[in-house]
Amino acid sequence: MTAAKPKAWLARLLLALLMTVTLLPFLSMFTAALAPSGSYPNGLSWPDDPQWNNFVKAFEAANMGQLLLSSTLIVLGVVPISVLAATMAGYGLAKLTGGRNKWIYLVFVAGLTLPFEAVITPLYYEVRAFGLLNTRFAIILPLIGLYMPFSVYWMRAHFLNVPNDLTEAAQLDGATRWKEFWLVQVPLARPAIMSLTILLFLWTWNQFLLPVVLVRDPSLRTMAGALGAFQGQWGTDVPLLCAGSLLILAPTVLLFLVFQRHFVAALLQGSVKG
Amino acid sequence: MNHGTPSGDTRLRMSRLFPGGKSQKARATAVLFVLPAFTAYAVFVLAPLVMSLYYSTLRWDGIGKARFTGLANYVTVLTDPDLLSIIGNAFELVLYFTVIPVLLGLAVASAIRGHMAGTFGTLTRTILFLPQVIPLVAAGIAWSWMFASTGLVNQALTAVGLADWARGWLGDFDFALPAVGIIGAWVLLGLCTMLLVTGITKIDPSLYEAARLDGARPWHEFRYVTLPGLRQEIGVCITVTVISALASFDIVYIATGGGPGITTMVPGLEIYRLAFAHRQVGLASALAIVLMVLVLIAITPVQWYAREKK
Repeated sequence: MTAAKPKAWLARLLLALLMTVTLLPFLSMFTAALAPSGSYPNGLSWPDDPQWNNFVKAFEAANMGQLLLSSTLIVLGVVPISVLAATMAGYGLAKLTGGRNKWIYLVFVAGLTLPFEAVITPLYYEVRAFGLLNTRFAIILPLIGLYMPFSVYWMRAHFLNVPNDLTEAAQLDGATRWKEFWLVQVPLARPAIMSLTILLFLWTWNQFLLPVVLVRDPSLRTMAGALGAFQGQWGTDVPLLCAGSLLILAPTVLLFLVFQRHFVAALLQGSVKG
Repeated sequence: MNHGTPSGDTRLRMSRLFPGGKSQKARATAVLFVLPAFTAYAVFVLAPLVMSLYYSTLRWDGIGKARFTGLANYVTVLTDPDLLSIIGNAFELVLYFTVIPVLLGLAVASAIRGHMAGTFGTLTRTILFLPQVIPLVAAGIAWSWMFASTGLVNQALTAVGLADWARGWLGDFDFALPAVGIIGAWVLLGLCTMLLVTGITKIDPSLYEAARLDGARPWHEFRYVTLPGLRQEIGVCITVTVISALASFDIVYIATGGGPGITTMVPGLEIYRLAFAHRQVGLASALAIVLMVLVLIAITPVQWYAREKK
């Protein structure tokens, strides 16, 4: 059978082109980052005298150590709690509630397409009323709530596919139900939990709107939020700005390269289900 | 997924005969499982949403006394020429954020039509997903540099003899919005391509063979086999990209700040500006509600299209 596939070289050419377009901005930033600080380099040209020192300068100017710590704290505050709450709710909605309570699930799903901008103004006043403005909790707590529609939707979809025999083996009372959840359901749900963790980590680390509105001090923000402030401060110094941006995006890119397969799977499924 | 499937378990039968205590307890357990997630959702999404609706009926500077104005803010959003052109900008961005990635993705997917195996496949996936992993803010900074007067875009134009076209793209009244659109297209291109490439491998190859036996030309094959087979994936691409175009904030904030003039201002950024710089909380909230509704209106037909039976 000659399945007469479309010409392979055409496909490869197209892909090579796409990859080039994807990589060019990074390359251009990289060469610019090596130009003398304060100069106006050209788009893509290797400098005569590469200033590797720019990365050190940008590291200090951006206060990178502090930013890494801050982003990590925020991620640690958001992701485990969100994943736990969503796993419990997904299980509860898929296995423990019947037709009459479907509305709860629908209320969650209604939030799936909600742009964060739609609630950012009241969130500001709410967080201020809680006395949390300009603290990391101003980012952590709202994000947990904002992630619930997707996370609950995601975990419920997983639990719907778990055969019912497992749950019906015994009509359980609350305490044993809780045990069953931890000893049987959670271990089985590991792949779904893993993907959700990756997605929430990325979204939190890269979150920009909430830090910009709710936290004034860049050293208490996420990496992405701090990058905004860094641009405001060093926007006219192209080499330093490029060096700082590359440093700020390096941690997620490194993690991505290490766990490439998991990330790609999570991002693909994540968008299909979302 | 119903719970009433027949079973020999006597305790189950008991609970059906006496639906008092047992099911009450079961319900209490269910509530406990769902409660933490629902509380977080209610406090930080539902309550603010209700407040947004309430604020949208006020004239309020965020500090002093608020005055009830009914639907006046909505009338302003839907009649003020500046605000209308800002909403229009968001829809123009859809042209770039959605159309370019979906068309290019379809082209690549139908050219490959198969798994991308081996090192080349892994390399492709890794590189094409990079823009999904970095913060949008970083994409904005990278492309601000690409579009700068000494940036790569102008360098390339000069190299091919189009030096007349070189300009500061993001500061140009005519080209700033398309330039912002290209940034979004760059971010979403890899995701759409990979979704469609993965989706096309799920189409039954015998359909293509049958089409060929019937003497179908490549275009017909695309039209009658590929497109219907990719319905769900195309729906996903359109949904994701339309939302990120209509609700865009990060890229515009970094690349242009809405300028020059209001040529690249989008609703997301305007909400932020109105609420926190201009202290027009009511108007900002009305625009926020309108944005939310517009997203829903834009997404619903896509969902219908994607869910329709093949």
